[in-house]
Amino acid sequence: MSDSGDSDVAWTYYKDRPEWSDVTPVPEDEGPNLVVVIAHSDKFVDVYDYFRAVLQNNERSERALHLTKDAVELNPANYTVWQYRRDLLKALGTDLRSELEYVELVIKNSPKNYQVWHHRRVLVEWLQDPTQEMELTGDALMQDPKNYHAWQHRQWAIKTFGLYEKEMDFVDNLISDDVRNNSAWNQRYFVVNNHLGWSDLNVQREICYTLEKIKFIKNNESAWNYLRGVLIHDKRGLTGNAVVTSFCEELYKNKCRSPYLLAFIIDICDEAVKKGEVNLLHSATRAVALCQALAGKYDKIRSKYWNYMCEKFKKAAEQEEIDREAANNIDDE
Amino acid sequence: MAFHLKDVTLTPDRPTTLLLRKHSDYLAKYGTDSEDFEYNMTEYLRVSGIYWSLTAMELMGYSHRMPKEEIIKFITTCQNKENGGISACYPHDPHILYTLSAIQVLTMYNRLDAIDVEGVVKFVASLQQKDGSFSGDKWGEIDTRFSFCAVMCLSLLKRLDAIDVDRAANFVISCMNFDGGFGSKPGSESHAGLIYCCVGTLSICKRLDAVRINRLAWWLAERQMPSGGLNGRPEKLPDLCYSWWVLSSLTIINRLHWIKKDKLENFILACQDAETGGFSDRPGDIPDPFHTLFGIAGLALLGNKTIKPVNPVYCLPQETIDRLKLEPQMYKH
Repeated sequence: MSDSGDSDVAWTYYKDRPEWSDVTPVPEDEGPNLVVVIAHSDKFVDVYDYFRAVLQNNERSERALHLTKDAVELNPANYTVWQYRRDLLKALGTDLRSELEYVELVIKNSPKNYQVWHHRRVLVEWLQDPTQEMELTGDALMQDPKNYHAWQHRQWAIKTFGLYEKEMDFVDNLISDDVRNNSAWNQRYFVVNNHLGWSDLNVQREICYTLEKIKFIKNNESAWNYLRGVLIHDKRGLTGNAVVTSFCEELYKNKCRSPYLLAFIIDICDEAVKKGEVNLLHSATRAVALCQALAGKYDKIRSKYWNYMCEKFKKAAEQEEIDREAANNIDDE
Repeated sequence: MAFHLKDVTLTPDRPTTLLLRKHSDYLAKYGTDSEDFEYNMTEYLRVSGIYWSLTAMELMGYSHRMPKEEIIKFITTCQNKENGGISACYPHDPHILYTLSAIQVLTMYNRLDAIDVEGVVKFVASLQQKDGSFSGDKWGEIDTRFSFCAVMCLSLLKRLDAIDVDRAANFVISCMNFDGGFGSKPGSESHAGLIYCCVGTLSICKRLDAVRINRLAWWLAERQMPSGGLNGRPEKLPDLCYSWWVLSSLTIINRLHWIKKDKLENFILACQDAETGGFSDRPGDIPDPFHTLFGIAGLALLGNKTIKPVNPVYCLPQETIDRLKLEPQMYKH
């Protein structure tokens, strides 16, 4: 939120500007007691009293357009100011290129504001020109690599105008900077899913990429989640990909006890049980042991979840036992 | 192994008991304090401010401290005569966010007669797009938040027949990600606040069958940090409002027991301001009505008996939902 600007000596109140003498300011509606209105800064009151006046009169003029700038500066989250500004831009036929520059400045000052990003998008749509959007969002993501607004705008521009070409490099740089940046992993999925496609080759390449990153930092929720996401597209599933299973077992053998690793091995066990392909490493029994280790030692804060999973596998193990016995009985008959 | 967690530390002098009376003082006084600059900055979201305050007061049993008749009169003035939508505050433009807040407030007061209901229904229906999504206003920003606002609003008015419910649900389902979570648009990163909006929408539309329950619940349970607080995305700081967004989602899918309730309760209580009353985003920050509601409502979901039961889908007192005989879908298994 920007400063109220009371210290701004050069400021002239709208009520003292001769060119505005024909307008009667409209004070804020008092509303119920609960919302009794109060001590805004004097500048805030002045600007918004005149804003309400031009809005009510639906005035379409350059001076009104300029007034919205002052109103935005005082509160860029005020969605009505932006809507009115767009009405004015259309009515006055204002040069939209200079408006793009203007909104870029506002975005730099208020990068987490729904209204400014939406204004940007409308302008780009009107101009049908996305040439600056990658750089603009790239800059915003340099400041804050998880800025949801910037990511939304970037995805919209990429999807609408087909700007996928260099996006994998961009994502790769962000992941190299911070391997735990979940937004960057999400973008990686977005690019493969919407552009490159989940061919067998791409699936294997993404798996290798992710395993490299996990090797680097094992306790990384985002990378493990991405690995699961990629494996949705692997026809062999979790159990059938030897690269993945042996990678996990190797980590485990080397004493890695990241909750994400153990959780992943549990998922492999789960799939093996469901497919009826239980082996020495991947069985309900092992899943039970891992759940107990997580609940009691490695992920205590989620012990309720692991205890729940544990019970699920106990039932599965018992069920297998029953099935085996039933099968034996049939053989006996 | 590098455990590089973003979290806060709870200090020994933090509040550890629930200060209900103080919170009602805080909310009763909010907006009547002439020193409060923040309040003036919030004109553009005023109707929502009333919803946060009134709902918190209702849940605490102090709603008689709110100026009922004035609030109702105020909301009447916020309805746009032409398109039927409701704005944050006259003369702002109508928006689905404030339309929902207004309907929630009038529903609690059982005073829908104070507005033109048919106008609201028309406004909400007019925002639905071909793909089933909803824009927030005539400028067409699309977001799953708005889908939730639309279906919640119309279900409170018993007028879901005015929109294409199947398409509304299918759009939300198309925003489901590989990690089981949901974002603001197809491909946007999973985010706890948007997960609440999407799960809530699917609950009202009776389409919870589309949710990957255990995958989603695990992602949500992963949001709990060692401090007990919940964050909204991986590697982000915990924030009190996620107590509501994560807890309500977990409640709807019947997995609330997967997180550590006592640790979360400690965190929520630590976010109280013992001097002024009210809750803030994190211990020691400045309180506001938004976080105050979600602190109170979060404690209600955790089973605090001094607060009235809250409905996890509508974020309204359960007694209000019972009076309307609404039965949003809850996952049973």
